[in-house]
Amino acid sequence: MSVYRDIARNGLWKQNAILAQLLGLCPLLAVSTNFVSAVSLGLATILVMMLANLAISALRAFIPYEIRIPVFILIIAALVTIVDLLFNAFLHDLYLVLGIFIPLIVTNCIVLARVEAFAAKNGLRASTLDGLMMGVGFIWVIALLGAVREIIGQGTLFAGIEMIVPSLSGIQVLPADYPGFLIAILPPGAFFVLGLLIAGRNWLDHRANERLRLQRQQMPPVAESAPA
Amino acid sequence: MSEEHLDPVPPQESGALRISLRTAAILLAFTVIFTTLMAGAYVLTAPRVAASAQAEKLRLISEVLPPAAYDNDPMVDTIILPPTRLLGLDEPSRLFRARKGGVPVALVLEAAAPDGYSGRIGLILAVSADEHLIAQRVTTHKETPGLGDYIDPKKDRNKTRPWITQFNDLGFDTVPSRQWRVKKDGGRFDQMAGATVSARAVTNASRRALEWATARREKLFALPANESFKE
Repeated sequence: MSVYRDIARNGLWKQNAILAQLLGLCPLLAVSTNFVSAVSLGLATILVMMLANLAISALRAFIPYEIRIPVFILIIAALVTIVDLLFNAFLHDLYLVLGIFIPLIVTNCIVLARVEAFAAKNGLRASTLDGLMMGVGFIWVIALLGAVREIIGQGTLFAGIEMIVPSLSGIQVLPADYPGFLIAILPPGAFFVLGLLIAGRNWLDHRANERLRLQRQQMPPVAESAPA
Repeated sequence: MSEEHLDPVPPQESGALRISLRTAAILLAFTVIFTTLMAGAYVLTAPRVAASAQAEKLRLISEVLPPAAYDNDPMVDTIILPPTRLLGLDEPSRLFRARKGGVPVALVLEAAAPDGYSGRIGLILAVSADEHLIAQRVTTHKETPGLGDYIDPKKDRNKTRPWITQFNDLGFDTVPSRQWRVKKDGGRFDQMAGATVSARAVTNASRRALEWATARREKLFALPANESFKE
């Protein structure tokens, strides 16, 4: 049970694909101009990561170590193509929104990284969960990034959501005469906001470690008496 | 591990060859299996994908020309346009001729502005038989979100009268060709401050497309369906 908890913790925070491993930045920076695009890419990424981890975990006994990377790339590319075709055929409305993001996923090295680091060595259930959790770790960061950039850059939030859920509509967060702040939407803005998010994560981790250290210092008798 | 050291040299070499052949065969097998899967998915989805593309095309046509305005089949009564520089198209496209009771109503054609702020802006236009631009819509663009993307009415914050609708039902009889420009260039059409490039690109492309279509209107309507148009 604790194995699964570790997988979840790693994906969501400790080994978070973006904040800790700094992987998948290319699609991340390109698509996080607003919340809805960011979440759309995140959803597509979760789906592909789960499928890729599942497939490679199932086939790992048949893949020779020396050629594992080409085989992984082959499998990931094939899966993405099939997902793309199925979306286009059966969920066409969603495809019109998500469609441009699905091919982008192939360029996302998180998928290959998780396949190589986890699915090639672990069982089906753990690998699928790892894909899911790494994907969720990706989506919450990219959604936050998209939301911050959208609010600063455009003064809106959830703009364009009616393309996914027709009954909803975006909201104007800042006053309607807000002139916008272009740099937040352009690529440099993505780096600025991402840098702040990473700094924030490091700060939180640092504070937690510091607190842990203080706790240990304050209670030496307990620590010493335990082994005795 | 210790057993390997005892092996004589020649078998090891042939073993290496065998291993690399085996590895190559495995890679080939994976390639074949996954290519087959992809091909299968393609074959299975192709009819539905084509149907979706057709529905999408009809939807696009309906944005610039109400379906009640014509009674012929937009998928049948088309002609093929070669790559046309005046329309900004470097690939062949299809032009639909809308008719009602056999009488020409409008030409629905694609055009493109090559000079958007970030690349090409794709357009679809309906030009009526009396040489007016019925309406135009942006089909593809990569303009800056929140800034230049108001050329797409879905992104335009003015929902009651989106920017792109100011072209509706205009012709060169009301707006002369040399005034078919954005106000910043001395023309008639509004642009959004700070995002003139996108508006200018669309305005100029629509002028060129309207000029192109009106000059060839009779020839375009007269051509048999599915023929390729030549200047």
